[in-house]
Amino acid sequence: MKARVHITLRPSILDPQGNAIEGALTGLGFEGVSGVRQGKVIELELTETDEAAARSKVEDMCKKLLANPVMENYEIELVG
Amino acid sequence: MKSCVIVFPASNCDRDAAVALEQATGQKPDMVWHGETSLPDTDFILLPGGFSYGDYLRSGAMAGRSPIMQDVVKKAEDGVPVLGICNGFQVLTETGLLPGALMRNAGLEFICGMQTLQVANTQSRFTRGLSDRAFVDFPVAHHDGNYTADQETLNRLEGENLVAFRYVTNPNGSSRNIAGILNEKGNVLGLMPHPERVISPLLGGEDGTAFFATALKEFG
Repeated sequence: MKARVHITLRPSILDPQGNAIEGALTGLGFEGVSGVRQGKVIELELTETDEAAARSKVEDMCKKLLANPVMENYEIELVG
Repeated sequence: MKSCVIVFPASNCDRDAAVALEQATGQKPDMVWHGETSLPDTDFILLPGGFSYGDYLRSGAMAGRSPIMQDVVKKAEDGVPVLGICNGFQVLTETGLLPGALMRNAGLEFICGMQTLQVANTQSRFTRGLSDRAFVDFPVAHHDGNYTADQETLNRLEGENLVAFRYVTNPNGSSRNIAGILNEKGNVLGLMPHPERVISPLLGGEDGTAFFATALKEFG
């Protein structure tokens, strides 16, 4: 089973990289863009076939390494 | 007094730190590879600056999970003094020994240069030797030094006098100008600036000599 983890900065955390991207988009003439936030995606291949067990395993990985709860939120997506 | 420096892949201030410790204690520190699982008998642990694991995932994230860190956390909880400088500070926040996180600098650029710091806490064992001076000059060299924590944590750090150093001119967007913080017990200090880079007039300053000499005497 494949899992995809989406890691985003918590809304309360300033994102200077997102702000810079937003500035660049505006500079390129894209109008009406706001709230740009940069995050990351981590893909994992798991031998686990049970969906609930896989989700709980990835959840544990997020807590222990993949995300830093001080500044990040995460969402787990299981892909077939 | 026995001290040690933890060496991670891509640490780059480990030898500077070793020189500073030797200058202060008269004894060469043990250099401990991150893959070890237990520390030698030691009275002082230093996590050096650098770009451990190429800053993969987050600065300090991989190093914070290195095999040796379990013993570092245990020793810190037992009261052994731990000093984290720059990347070492990032590692300390990643292990949870210190609260908050170090984010990308607000200006997005790597910054490098001398900074004047206010000695915000003159009572801790790490800093009380500096109580005769209000300010010290230590250089910074980092890309991710923007100290961030929630308001409650920041209020607690200030309320409990756990801010050790503050930037006089904020170079990186750090909340409340924080350059270095202590844990509640006062045996763990993390700071972004580099005291080990100002231990000789040839290096442009000696405020680091005063810092290491007095801190190591306190813990010796």
